[in-house]
Amino acid sequence: MAPSRTYTASARKKEGLSALLFLSPTLVIFSTFVLFPVLFSFYLSFHQWNMFSAQQAFVGLANYTRMFRDPEFWSVLKNTLIYTVGTVPLNMALSLLVAYLLNQKLAGKKFLRTAFFAPVIISPVAAAVIWRWMYDPNFGLVNYFLTLVGIKGPNWLNEPHSAMFALILMAVWKTLGFNMVLFSAGLQGIPDTYYEAAEIDGAGAWTKFWRITIPLLSPTTFFIMVMSIIGSFQAFDVVYVLTSGGPMGATKVLVFYLYEQAFKFFEMGYASAVAYFLFLLLIVLTLLQIRLMKSKI
Amino acid sequence: MPSYPAKIAFSMRRLLYYILIYAAALATLAPFIWMVLTSVKDLNEIFVYPPKWMPAKFHFENYLRAFQAAPFGRYYLNSLLVAVSVTLGQLITCSMAAFAFARLQFKGREVLFLLFLGTMMIPGQVTMIPTFMILHWIGWIDSYKALIVPGLASAFGTFLLRQFFMTIPKELEEAAYIDGCSRWRVLWNIIIPLSKPALATLSIFTFMGVFNDFMWALIVTSSEELRTVQLGLAIFRDRYLTEWDLMMAGSVTATLPILIVFFFAQKYFIKGITLSGLKE
Repeated sequence: MAPSRTYTASARKKEGLSALLFLSPTLVIFSTFVLFPVLFSFYLSFHQWNMFSAQQAFVGLANYTRMFRDPEFWSVLKNTLIYTVGTVPLNMALSLLVAYLLNQKLAGKKFLRTAFFAPVIISPVAAAVIWRWMYDPNFGLVNYFLTLVGIKGPNWLNEPHSAMFALILMAVWKTLGFNMVLFSAGLQGIPDTYYEAAEIDGAGAWTKFWRITIPLLSPTTFFIMVMSIIGSFQAFDVVYVLTSGGPMGATKVLVFYLYEQAFKFFEMGYASAVAYFLFLLLIVLTLLQIRLMKSKI
Repeated sequence: MPSYPAKIAFSMRRLLYYILIYAAALATLAPFIWMVLTSVKDLNEIFVYPPKWMPAKFHFENYLRAFQAAPFGRYYLNSLLVAVSVTLGQLITCSMAAFAFARLQFKGREVLFLLFLGTMMIPGQVTMIPTFMILHWIGWIDSYKALIVPGLASAFGTFLLRQFFMTIPKELEEAAYIDGCSRWRVLWNIIIPLSKPALATLSIFTFMGVFNDFMWALIVTSSEELRTVQLGLAIFRDRYLTEWDLMMAGSVTATLPILIVFFFAQKYFIKGITLSGLKE
């Protein structure tokens, strides 16, 4: 900031101008690739357009009504819900457990943290390729370990029920470390004095966990829940590579459907409607969670 | 955690903790170990039951074969070119914007900043289709520009740097202004050198995101010369369905640089995540 004592109207104008200059690269990129697209896809969602014709025909709400009449849309929505319900709670419980254990005095913490975090940083494509091999019905590790405990594993990726389960398991493996880091930060924010006071009162580890850790961690838990739900509704890469939405559409999720409509069938208007539906759904879900959170306090 | 006397420290509960956490860590690492070991096995050792962990001989030539089966070298250069360009670009655009938001007075600053933060809530799928069409109209589809230019600005990056810039004391800058320094000089010579940790966090996050990106590359490129590692690997998967030795060699190739970066810069990854958790 320029020295404030010599601040005149012209200096202020100059400062505004240079602010504009500093912001200009970001503003140009943002208005072209974020602001305009957000508005344009809203406009498109009321039009029919295959991208190659010059005209976009106004169809009113037809894209939206078509969506609600398409049985495939309901099926992908159901799959997305199953995927979300399957991944989010399991992921949160496991990542909290891991973060809790890592918050204790243990040897080799650095190694442990690296191990849990490694799946987060590798690409979803590579992860899915590795897991396809893990899930190989005859030579894969997963079924081998299952036979060790006396279970005959399914042909994971080729049966509808097991394919969704396989997808969920892999997704939990892939994102556990991310939430672990957030939970760890939350756990470190709880002052030791609370635990010490509880110990003086004779509280055991279990009581301390439920009476101190869980309640004091709730802002972190809430944030993780919101972000995880948003993330799982947007799953695409892992699905594309692990199962390609199959078998028989059992793992076809909302964004995969959107991708097909837009870039396979070039139904740009319809796909935009699906994108906006996803956007609204995420807003509603987030607001609902905020409501729920507030009513609990 | 409160410190325990040494005797209690080796209680049954701690033993249980150790077993639990190390078993979980091993299970988490198993796919990686399996990937690396499969990548150097002979096909005969891959299709055996029960699975064999260690290969009798390390077949490093599998990597050569994978690189011959698909131009992974080219894919690699593409991924690096795109990831480095986007990262450098974001470092510049984000620090400029962050400087304006953190240090300059102008009308509508708070509103604009909030608007910026708001865009982080928009799912990428909403902007994807129109962005594709803009690139189509200006003839950039299937070019490096399509992979790089839309990523050259970032709300997250601007936010991250702005938060960091705000913590830098203003005294240094004020002295520089009195000496007649321009705002550019102040940004590049004073603020940027003091912001290395934040810039490192942003670089690593951006690099990782772009290097690992799949969907955008899938949508905007079609020619083989432009394929990134991730796209190349996904297409490789379709073509060599059961050649697990080559596929795992490809996977190792696609994950190695990120794992190396992570190994040396772990704290920046952690910082970036915790910061993303604080933005609410």
